[in-house]
Amino acid sequence: MSDDFTFEGWRRPDGRIGIRNHCLVLATVVCAAGAVREVGRRLPEVVAVEHPHGCGRGGPDIGLQLKTLAGLVQNPNIGGTVLVGLGCEPVSVGLLSSVIGDAGKPLKGIVIQEAGGSQKTADQVEAMTREMLSELAEMPRSPGTAADLTLALECGGSDTFSGMTANPAVGKAVDRLVAMGGTAILSETTEMIGALGPLFRRTENDEIAAQLKKMVDDQEAVTRQILGAFADRALAPGNVESGLSTIAEKSLGCIAKAGSAPIREVLEYAQRPSKQGLIVMDTPGYDAESMTGMAAAGAQAIVFTTGRGSPAGFPGVPVVKVSSNSDVYQRMSDDIDIDAGRVLSGMTLDEVGEEILSLLLRVCRGEKTKAEINRQDVFAIAQTHQAL
Amino acid sequence: MSARAIRIDVRDNVAVVVSDVEAGGSVRLDDGSHLTATQRVPRGNKIALAAIAAGDPIFRYGEEIGVATTDIARGDHVHTRNLGGRQ
Repeated sequence: MSDDFTFEGWRRPDGRIGIRNHCLVLATVVCAAGAVREVGRRLPEVVAVEHPHGCGRGGPDIGLQLKTLAGLVQNPNIGGTVLVGLGCEPVSVGLLSSVIGDAGKPLKGIVIQEAGGSQKTADQVEAMTREMLSELAEMPRSPGTAADLTLALECGGSDTFSGMTANPAVGKAVDRLVAMGGTAILSETTEMIGALGPLFRRTENDEIAAQLKKMVDDQEAVTRQILGAFADRALAPGNVESGLSTIAEKSLGCIAKAGSAPIREVLEYAQRPSKQGLIVMDTPGYDAESMTGMAAAGAQAIVFTTGRGSPAGFPGVPVVKVSSNSDVYQRMSDDIDIDAGRVLSGMTLDEVGEEILSLLLRVCRGEKTKAEINRQDVFAIAQTHQAL
Repeated sequence: MSARAIRIDVRDNVAVVVSDVEAGGSVRLDDGSHLTATQRVPRGNKIALAAIAAGDPIFRYGEEIGVATTDIARGDHVHTRNLGGRQ
């Protein structure tokens, strides 16, 4: 089935194609969260996104916030957006709109201090959103192929089997996607510490190898600064309980998600890839921030492996959940789409990889993932400093 | 009935047990060889396939995941108390 990787999506003016056609209602600042949430309650079909950022941040973090929010608006799964601001924040509706630029997609904005408060804002946003939803419903579909797809790779709640079952099975699917001209993004720099050797052997040239080394060395230095003597065990308690002993062991299992294709580019957080094929992005190991960076770069789907059982999804971007063991799949079948634990009882990695790719194709054709059904929308922007 | 352990790469000096193994329990590798667990090894944890001297590297996935922090015997449970990261 996955040999014919074609689907009907929504071609955006920038050439990228969405596998969803969502209307996004986005808070530019934490103070707009209440109004955004209210619109989400009134119109459950919109993707309502709030976040805890606003004032008290310096330049680099304001830059990250702008780039990430603009990237989310520009994500091809988003058909149109209503921005909701307060009126006195650094990342204002006006500034964010200018960074987004003219993407040729519907974009509206409202400022709570000018609209006369939360309820009046919610009323106006609801009206704007209803109009935008009708506009989006009229948009024609266009054919897309694997070459149009950017797949984000993520793991969360890893266990000792993740690197033997779920991650290498995802790697098989990624190899096939890349062979069909598609793009996959490996992220989570913390989970590359101790795994530079095998990553180096796959870089396309020395420049990419040098970028990758600097990225991982810098992250290792930060990790050692924060965790001190515990840096080699930069693991969550659940990781250790499951049998993982060192960060290198976790990392070597983590990078198996990326299959065996050459690494063609190294990106900053939330940066849009300029090449197709396998790409590496510098993100925290923290899954919520990592998914956000890859979605802001334009990923239309995410494959997320889990050993302990993470329910996390992402607003507007379908997340396919793959478990590393059958126990967690049976315990959390509400949240997990595919059980790669069957590799331990005789299935091959190629067979599970084929299931993942087939499901991914069905998701491109409109099938909802468990995380979409559950509306498990997790959104978190990476920051470099604490709030002031 | 012996428990299965999976050795991922021929370089590996540890394997991962697929089910809980009690001390004295038999562990079977996919190549048909067996070893005896000297200690309890919980499901998903690593068992030493050979004696590993303190300071020697420990391999999984064919790559170094850390070094032995104490002498490890064949059949020992390998985890945070005897395996540390390389400084």
